[in-house]
Amino acid sequence: MTIADAGPGPSETHIETWPWLRLAVVAVLGVAMLYGAFFLYQIAQPLFGAILLAVATGFVVIFGANRFYGARFIFPGVAAVLVFIAFPVAYTIWLGFTNYSSFNLLSYERTIEVLTSRGTVDPETEQPFTVARDGDGYRIWLPESGLLSEPVTLAVEEEAVTLAPAEPPLDLLSPREAIKLRAGLQSLTLTTPDEIDLRNAGLRTFASVTPDFVRSGEDMLTRSSDGLVLTANHDTGFFETPDGEPVPPGWRVGVGFDNFQRILESKGVRGPMLSIFAWTFAFAALSVAGVFAVGLLLAVILQWEHLRFKTLYRILLILPYAVPGFISILVFRGLFNQNFGEINLILEALFGIRPDWFTDGNLARVMILFVNIWLGYPYMMLLAMGFLQAVPQDHKKAAALEGASSLRVFFTITLPQIIPPFLPLLIAAFAFNFNNLVLILLLTRGGPDIPGTVIPAGETDILASFTYRLAFQDSGQQFGLAGAITLLIFLVVAAISYANFVAMRRAAAKRSGR
Amino acid sequence: MIVERPRDLRIKKIAAHGFMLIFLALILFPFFMIVSISFREGNFATGSLWPENPTLEHWYLAFGLDYTRADGTVVAPPYPVLLWMWNSIKIGLIASAGVLALSTISAYAFSRIRIRGKQGLLDGLFLIQMFPTTLALVAIFAIFDALGEVTPALGINSHLALILVYLSQITLHIWTIKGYFDSVDTALDKAAEIDGASAWQTFRYIFLPLAVPIMAVVFVLSFIGVINDYPIASVLIRSEDQMTLAVGSRLYLNEFKYLWGDFAAAAILSGLPITIVFLIAQRYLVSGLSEGAVKG
Repeated sequence: MTIADAGPGPSETHIETWPWLRLAVVAVLGVAMLYGAFFLYQIAQPLFGAILLAVATGFVVIFGANRFYGARFIFPGVAAVLVFIAFPVAYTIWLGFTNYSSFNLLSYERTIEVLTSRGTVDPETEQPFTVARDGDGYRIWLPESGLLSEPVTLAVEEEAVTLAPAEPPLDLLSPREAIKLRAGLQSLTLTTPDEIDLRNAGLRTFASVTPDFVRSGEDMLTRSSDGLVLTANHDTGFFETPDGEPVPPGWRVGVGFDNFQRILESKGVRGPMLSIFAWTFAFAALSVAGVFAVGLLLAVILQWEHLRFKTLYRILLILPYAVPGFISILVFRGLFNQNFGEINLILEALFGIRPDWFTDGNLARVMILFVNIWLGYPYMMLLAMGFLQAVPQDHKKAAALEGASSLRVFFTITLPQIIPPFLPLLIAAFAFNFNNLVLILLLTRGGPDIPGTVIPAGETDILASFTYRLAFQDSGQQFGLAGAITLLIFLVVAAISYANFVAMRRAAAKRSGR
Repeated sequence: MIVERPRDLRIKKIAAHGFMLIFLALILFPFFMIVSISFREGNFATGSLWPENPTLEHWYLAFGLDYTRADGTVVAPPYPVLLWMWNSIKIGLIASAGVLALSTISAYAFSRIRIRGKQGLLDGLFLIQMFPTTLALVAIFAIFDALGEVTPALGINSHLALILVYLSQITLHIWTIKGYFDSVDTALDKAAEIDGASAWQTFRYIFLPLAVPIMAVVFVLSFIGVINDYPIASVLIRSEDQMTLAVGSRLYLNEFKYLWGDFAAAAILSGLPITIVFLIAQRYLVSGLSEGAVKG
């Protein structure tokens, strides 16, 4: 029941004190956002520009027109959800259809810029330089040939000045200070009295540099060393020699279903993918089952009327939940360490064994489950204590009078009553563990590696950590492939999410029907 | 269950306490260990669980102070723990304030204001809240890498970028606060309406003061969520002085530079304040958690 249901809501009766002030603020912010969108478009980010434009339009319409008074309250939240969750997830999946990776990192324009700015240094003309201060600007001093440049600012893009013989200047910068001016030095061209152009060739030298590639037409570059013409291949995202040999770096192009084909067909990828997929489900299911069982057991014991020191037990039992997760996980990483860890120290003293927690796949999985249950049971215990209190005492008493054992009472009376309200929370816990990146990354980093794979895949990797490692670690930043796997995770999470939605609806319907 | 013989009861009690004590010993073992390790000499297990020659070396280093050993060698702190703590707290406070503002106002709108298509938005929000931000890490990296070309303040290695990403936490909290607003008597806002209050005034003068307890819960939860994040911060933050605690702490247990003892002290130093806040707030937190989750 909302107020608006009961007649004309506040949106219609609202009278504003300062309408022109609001309109002025809206106009200023709207123009600022429009300018930002235009700027993004200019630096070749049309997608982000379009998004900012959409946000700006929504903002101006909703805050400008009085009709949308109610929507003003919802706009910030909805915009944040769309911009920070929906768009990035969609964008990641879209990247799954491109070859975005460390080999194809740039845009087409940037690729050409990078290739044409590469050059070969002529060792004959290479000579050290120092920077001299000259008023607000600088001069470049080449001690070997005794030449001093005209004043330069070293602040603008592309400067060109001439050199002339001169006496050594006095106010020279130290090499450390000169390095700070690197950006300006790199875009500087010095012309000697013999008409030779010198460019910055290293941290300490200037030399005559011939460009390796010259742009010779639309989609064409000429290689200076052998005169070969390279053509842009917009299917692979590389400039290629006539024999089809790619010249890195490449740019980002759409590759259709290639990444998905790699996942499904390439043996070195499919094998580990299947095992990771299975482990992700097993990990999430076993974690939820574990925390639920342990949490419920503890809750039942804590509810027992004859137990003393309940509060003390309760506080001590929720300690694992109170400590920040990343600290506990790292503590366990140290305690389980095979060589210097305290757990192996104790196990060796007691039983003479030193389990390989990090190099044996199965033991690593056991360790992960143990740590995850340790981290997660208090939450379940606290929830279970709440739900247990809602179970009517007389049901239990009646059953006990009939002669049922406590165990039987628990499984036939208590459990069936707490499962339905628990279900949505269990599903949410499953979804959380399905993507429990923090645990895997901090504890094992997915290791030990599965032998015989073409991409780094570990025995304890879950889909999310596998994606993370593909994109951000030691394997060539394969953003495209990572995006394709994200689509897989997305589908699973969407299914879980929908299941939770249905379970929640049912629970809500049941409550209101009662 | 109702009629119990005293002897059976005693055995049951002993069994229950025995189980609890064994379980607690197992669960609390890491806490005892980490305290002991933080006072132990060196960075490797020495064969005894109790520190034989207790030293404050690791604690000096955790506080960012040089430590002079008995033989005169001076040890410098390996990492700026206090700076990381400050980064974490700063980002946590700002992001949580943003999350709180956005989610409170959205929750009010979803609970009280009539808007066309509200049910659809609510259902959509419910489905979206299950998608973790970690699912979009690649895009987040690509987006801020590109925005960094516009202004470094929004690029990789910027705290502002991190805070913006953390705002996506609001989905969960909108539900928690909405559940709370739904339970507020509608007579209150009707009375306000009769007195001529606008929707904004109703929110500002009636709902906001009522929501202070649940807002405190959401603030603490969101703060803990931000502090605990590792994946997003590890993707967006590169340099050591910009790191948050979660990203920085991992450096201690690097295979090639294993600083177990130093880590122990740093972990206690940084973990203790958050643990205490949590223990104080836990009663409210838990009821807030289950309320928001179940009410729907």
